[in-house]
Amino acid sequence: MHPIIETKNLSKSFKQFKAVSDLSFTINHGDIYGFLGQNGAGKSTTMRMLLGLIFPDSGSIYIDGEEFNNGRRHLLSKIGAIIERPDMYGYLSGWDNLKMFAALSDSSIKANRLHEVLEIVGLKGREHDKVKAYSQGMKQRLGIAIALVHKPDLLILDEPTNGLDPQGIAEMRALILSLSRDHGKTILISSHLLYEIEQVATSMIIIHKGKKVVEGKVNSLLNPDETFIEIDILPDDHILQKINASEWKPSLGSIKQETLTFKMNPERTPQLNCWLVGQGVGVTEIRSKHSLEAYFLSLTDDTVITNRAL
Amino acid sequence: MIQLLRIELYKIFRRPRTYISFGIVTAITFVIQLAMLTDGKGFVNFALSGVNEQFDIQGNILNGYLITYIILQSLLIHIPLLVALVAGDALAGEANLGTLRLLLTKPISRPKIVMAKFLSSFIYTVLLIVWLAVVALFFSLLLFGKGDMINLKSDSFIMILQNDVMWRYGLAFAFAVLAMTTIASMSLLLSAFADNSIGPIISTMGIVVVLTILSNLELPLFTIIKPYLFTTHMIGWKGFFDDPVPYAAIGKSAVVLFLYTIGFLLLTIVYFNKKDIKS
Repeated sequence: MHPIIETKNLSKSFKQFKAVSDLSFTINHGDIYGFLGQNGAGKSTTMRMLLGLIFPDSGSIYIDGEEFNNGRRHLLSKIGAIIERPDMYGYLSGWDNLKMFAALSDSSIKANRLHEVLEIVGLKGREHDKVKAYSQGMKQRLGIAIALVHKPDLLILDEPTNGLDPQGIAEMRALILSLSRDHGKTILISSHLLYEIEQVATSMIIIHKGKKVVEGKVNSLLNPDETFIEIDILPDDHILQKINASEWKPSLGSIKQETLTFKMNPERTPQLNCWLVGQGVGVTEIRSKHSLEAYFLSLTDDTVITNRAL
Repeated sequence: MIQLLRIELYKIFRRPRTYISFGIVTAITFVIQLAMLTDGKGFVNFALSGVNEQFDIQGNILNGYLITYIILQSLLIHIPLLVALVAGDALAGEANLGTLRLLLTKPISRPKIVMAKFLSSFIYTVLLIVWLAVVALFFSLLLFGKGDMINLKSDSFIMILQNDVMWRYGLAFAFAVLAMTTIASMSLLLSAFADNSIGPIISTMGIVVVLTILSNLELPLFTIIKPYLFTTHMIGWKGFFDDPVPYAAIGKSAVVLFLYTIGFLLLTIVYFNKKDIKS
């Protein structure tokens, strides 16, 4: 079976700004694929290229084995998407919006399918209200209903939790998991809420300044036995030499000002603390970070000195 | 395509602001009719003061046909703005609203979307002109009655018998539809370049005003370019109230307007087909 999405050497510039550079990645059927990067890293540009909203300067996009440019119309019928905000016609009801976009996706879609997707996203009972009266969460749900209505194989969701309150975020997470598990959808999802991605994604890619930094299965990239431990210390000019000469060198992830980040088994934290204190280092705080967040920052924060650079 | 057109029309006519144009046309028409009801005779006497010295004109001069002609002369300058309100908003308004990206992720080709936007703007333009015809002609005839129509020109006047007028209005309104469709297509082109509808609407009016001024300036430099400006040909409808009707000149104006319309539409399709949607 072909990957549902495969990009090869995708590049896009806006005047002098290189938004995406030589980006290749693969998404397999059934994946929930997390697309991570800082603001301006090129996530939205890439997603727009996958949907034909932005034309790449070079490179290719394959959807289900078929080159996008050769079958744009037919391939778009396999995709449902929300890009950035789920903007709709506020002066129309949710039902009217859904019916209209459903007709544009597939003119044979019947009313019972509209009821079905409204049920899935939990908007039943509010479908005849004007969209301008909807909350952000309701708009997101309607956006997903529109993305789902023509039964696409692939959902592209760009920041689907934007503007949602904590309960809305949790509900959206449950919905995404249900769409994957119960409805068999492949989902490409970007979010700046790394914890949310960590909760749902099976595979992921991290891009930085338009380039791929890492791609793979979440399980293999984030070893549950290795946590990121951040340690704040008092200024010490020789800390790097001390660590490099010790058994802790392989565990050192990065040094940012007076914060040391180690990737290690959390059970060894007391030993590390004892060693630092023994070396005369003033330890002021120790904390464990969400693994994806720390991993992400270690790869994308330009102000950090990474172990690889050391 | 039919489905897409139906959806475009649905969006246009479900939006309250679409009806502002119809309201404006109605309001201005009624204001002119009211003014003519109260002070029309004085206006006609003043307009015919030079003619009355040489001719004895009898009958209902201040009739519905003359009032409609006056309304058309006043309104057809402003209708481009009303057309631009919809056509200028067609692509740019969707970009501003954010719905353009959702629309373009659906399995429809971009040229089809442009064509649907153009056709829906055309239908709106037709309805606006038809509405103008109804409120101007129908109510003017109702209020002022029938009579022979005087078409007063700068150096002459033409008397058109009342049973010879209606077909002229029919063709004049049809010509106005063509002229306003040219405006709609230009507005749609400007709309493709923008991400909010204010720019295309103002630009449309700016272009119409500037080119209309150039069309009316009797300077040698502008005389050369005048025949190529679409604004020169937009007033071709007046030819239907001449005697004899200058069909060749009207036909030439219609061809120029048609070519401009097709040109603007093709440019819109070519540009929009390659446009990166960043909004």
